Amino acid sequence: MKTLVAMSGGVDSSVAAALMVEAGHDVIGATLKLWQGPDGEAPTAGCCTVSDAEDARRVAAQLEIPYYVFDYTDDFRTGVVDPFIDSYLSGRTPNPCVECNRTVKFSRLLDQAADLGCDLLVTGHYARVRQEATGWKLLRGIDPHKDQSYVLYMLGQTELARVRFPIGDMTKAETRSIAEQLGLRTATKKESQDICFVGVGDYRSFLDSQTDEARRSGIIVDRDGVRLGSHDGVARFTVGQRKGLGVSLGEARYVTSIDSTSATVVLGKREDLLASGAHLGRVSWVAGPPPRPGRVEVKIRYNCPSVPALLDPDGPTCTLLFEEPQASVAPGQAGVIYRGEELLGGGTILSAAQ
Amino acid sequence: MEPYARDGFANSSGSHSEARRAKNALEEAREQIAHLLGAHPLEIVFTGGGTEADNLAIAGAALAGGERGGVVTSAVEHEAVLESARFVSRLGCPVRVVGVDRWGLVDPAAISEAVDERTVVVSVMTANNETGVIEPIAKLADAARAANPSVAVHTDAVQAFISEEVTVDLLRVDMMSLAAHKFGGPKGVGLLYVREGVQLEPVLHGGGQELGRRSGTHNVMGAVGMAAAAQATVEDRRRFVETVGAAREGFETRLRKAFPDLEFNAPVDARLVQHTHVRFPGIRNETALVRLDQAGVAASAASACQSGAATVSHVLTAMGISADDARQCLRFSFGWPTRVADGEMAAALIETTLEDLR
Repeated sequence: MKTLVAMSGGVDSSVAAALMVEAGHDVIGATLKLWQGPDGEAPTAGCCTVSDAEDARRVAAQLEIPYYVFDYTDDFRTGVVDPFIDSYLSGRTPNPCVECNRTVKFSRLLDQAADLGCDLLVTGHYARVRQEATGWKLLRGIDPHKDQSYVLYMLGQTELARVRFPIGDMTKAETRSIAEQLGLRTATKKESQDICFVGVGDYRSFLDSQTDEARRSGIIVDRDGVRLGSHDGVARFTVGQRKGLGVSLGEARYVTSIDSTSATVVLGKREDLLASGAHLGRVSWVAGPPPRPGRVEVKIRYNCPSVPALLDPDGPTCTLLFEEPQASVAPGQAGVIYRGEELLGGGTILSAAQ
Repeated sequence: MEPYARDGFANSSGSHSEARRAKNALEEAREQIAHLLGAHPLEIVFTGGGTEADNLAIAGAALAGGERGGVVTSAVEHEAVLESARFVSRLGCPVRVVGVDRWGLVDPAAISEAVDERTVVVSVMTANNETGVIEPIAKLADAARAANPSVAVHTDAVQAFISEEVTVDLLRVDMMSLAAHKFGGPKGVGLLYVREGVQLEPVLHGGGQELGRRSGTHNVMGAVGMAAAAQATVEDRRRFVETVGAAREGFETRLRKAFPDLEFNAPVDARLVQHTHVRFPGIRNETALVRLDQAGVAASAASACQSGAATVSHVLTAMGISADDARQCLRFSFGWPTRVADGEMAAALIETTLEDLR
């Protein structure tokens, strides 16, 4: 089948491309240029660097597949970066990878793949797609340490019919060893962990560089409204944060909520963070219609195991009641719902249920 | 060129017989090419390509004599000129970039207005490398000198040389850049014509080759190859214009029939014969390029950035074309072997490859 492989220049997508070639598909490789500096130059750190594109190009040459770079900087700006900034300014904690998958990779790129006559779009995500009698299923990647299904929860039946993740059946170690066997130059390339467009430095300095609003000062209070100090921008805080609060109280304090309208950051004790559940909005279900209410597992942030919960879907929203109260339910993050290996769907966390 | 690739080890600046042989070849190449441009051999400075020639013209003139001279150029120039202008601007040279009309043409009146007593160099390209529009260089040169008689007028003739009659007197310029690979010569070699009397600060400092204007060991093989290619180009030009013109005519006629809403981005009466630059309304060029590549048609969109992504062209932006429209533009170029049948076949392939995107 004619296949478009999104190649970032990393080992995972390199191996994904190699496996598709090996399986006899007619493969085209493409790198997305998502971000650029103020003068249109490619970044030198983070991702989308010239050297990443060069790695992808060289791997494509080695695999003898045509290779192109697509300029998605406008779509990425409006679909990912602007909402990222807005989200932090409103006191939420965004997940830009989810938005990129939603608005760029599995919408714009998927459309473009069709325009190029490709039947399939392949990426190097650690997740699995399986066709069953009841439809397309999205499953966790085999490697529990690398499973990336969390950032793919927005995929539905139309997308899954046209998307493949060839390395979802492998562990990271297996991926690397295939890359080494094939002599791919990306075999030992180090993992990218950072937010790709933030580059060097943390997201706070990125926000500062994008908008003055990120520095709008406000106050820090305790849960009774007693003033504890001041801060220079709600965007510097995320629910559950303990370090860098700028106030010292003798014992550990955590951000329990953020009110962007009054620019107020509320601190509490660890137990104040605990939430009995979460409300999700902008919900999307893999199967199309929502699953029946009942026992599920939910993952409320990327680097955190899924926990048992009771699901109650309600149109474009749903409520999850945790079996055990959970700390750090941060509005803006994705809440992703599983039943065993199967990803059922997910949404954006609107609020914690106390 | 071949003998100098095979056994041309000698440095043309040496004093032994092998070096003399290399030096002779170099000077013969210089004479040959000077003759073709209507220049004196000593007015030819060999460079490592068109970009270096443009840099030497702009930065060299602006910084000559330790001054911070003014630069006037156009918004549709090649990056080699625009970036050189930005470079000297950072060093304190006043730089003015004049706009263009819908067709990418520079207005002589805009040049007269931009040139002042501080201006030392005015640079407008002979023909645009993207759209193929031919600028009225002689008129622009007159306008510049009317505003300030001491300015040096530079033109980047890299794109034009293969098909346009380009001599320094016809264009009335003081400096002119050429790049060998654009007319069948080797890559990585070019030249800057510098009219006698024009003062330049060198960009490359060192052993003082090229009368101190460009240091560095000579690329003898490249210079010889460039001169041979230039000679062949000039002798072949009339045929080139006729056959390529006919091929393009057939190509465009067929293309227009297939895509009736096609929009041309260069003026029909002032464009290079080897260019077709068009907008396919509603068709994104990124997708079109990949499809065409797969079908065996090599087209291009604006210029490729370092990562290889097609970016919105500064040329089209300067012409007032919106970013969305610019993303629907494609350029097709025709080389010396192109025949009428090739043009028609390409148009037919484009039609079948792109028609469902309309």
